[in-house]
Amino acid sequence: MDASAAAAPQARPARSLHRFANPGRFLRLSGAVLPWVGALGLAITVIGLVWGLVYAPADWQQGDAVRIMYIHVPAAWLASAGYVGLAICSVLSLVWRHPLADLAAVEIGPVGAGFTALCLATGSLWGKPMWGAWWVWDARLTSVLVLFFLYMGHIALVRAFDEPERGYRAGAILALIGAVDLPIIKFSVEWWNTLHQPDSITLTGAPTMALTMLWPLFVCAIGYTLLFVTIVLARTRAAVMERRIRGLLMAQASREAA
Amino acid sequence: MTHLPFIAASYALGVLVPLVFGVLALTRMGTARRKLAAIDPRAQRKARAA
Repeated sequence: MDASAAAAPQARPARSLHRFANPGRFLRLSGAVLPWVGALGLAITVIGLVWGLVYAPADWQQGDAVRIMYIHVPAAWLASAGYVGLAICSVLSLVWRHPLADLAAVEIGPVGAGFTALCLATGSLWGKPMWGAWWVWDARLTSVLVLFFLYMGHIALVRAFDEPERGYRAGAILALIGAVDLPIIKFSVEWWNTLHQPDSITLTGAPTMALTMLWPLFVCAIGYTLLFVTIVLARTRAAVMERRIRGLLMAQASREAA
Repeated sequence: MTHLPFIAASYALGVLVPLVFGVLALTRMGTARRKLAAIDPRAQRKARAA
């Protein structure tokens, strides 16, 4: 086989990956996508929330408190999914030195922390009427609290260095080490005897929830996911532009000094 | 509706958290875009050409 032909399939993925690392291309693509994703996310979230609050049935055992699920479950899903995004950005940053991955990781951190805090707060608001306690040191709750601290640690660490590259590298290592918490969160309700209920939706089995509750939950999850993506894209766009502003100002200052 | 205060507080948080993040992100993006347009030579060339 021709040597160049053998090398071509290896070169193609690297080119396609770095094609999206170009900040100018990212700004153009995200600028075109952002209004549509944002508007769609907003519309779907409003529909899902109204459906869950007004039209979905109350639970025979929990009463109307089950409606908190339409906020709590999407927030919990996004807390974990956001951290998966953070871990993927960390791999891209550490292995391929993808220039946008560092900026995206920095911008995912606060949003993920916000949604994790939302998950914990709505969990408390659901737990008090159902369990009689705002908080219990249950394996699921504790592992999600650890996730919140991991997000906070990442936010602090990437901003703790004078050289931003060192902060990005330290944050990426922390994010990858912290990813071990994700399977613990997922399987905590199976590995330990928890007060938190087991998963109602699994990939392998049928959902243990009525379809009249499952559909609004699904709509809310899609809507909140699109909003999460919109927020992260908007923050990353701002970060790319701010980096360019810093670069231009530094170039201008060095020209004036010379 | 049973447990109304807990439900109302949850929905308030569920609306406020994405709203605050969204407004802050859009404001930051708008500020960065304006600053960049003011100092970026490429943006200035485009504006002169238009």
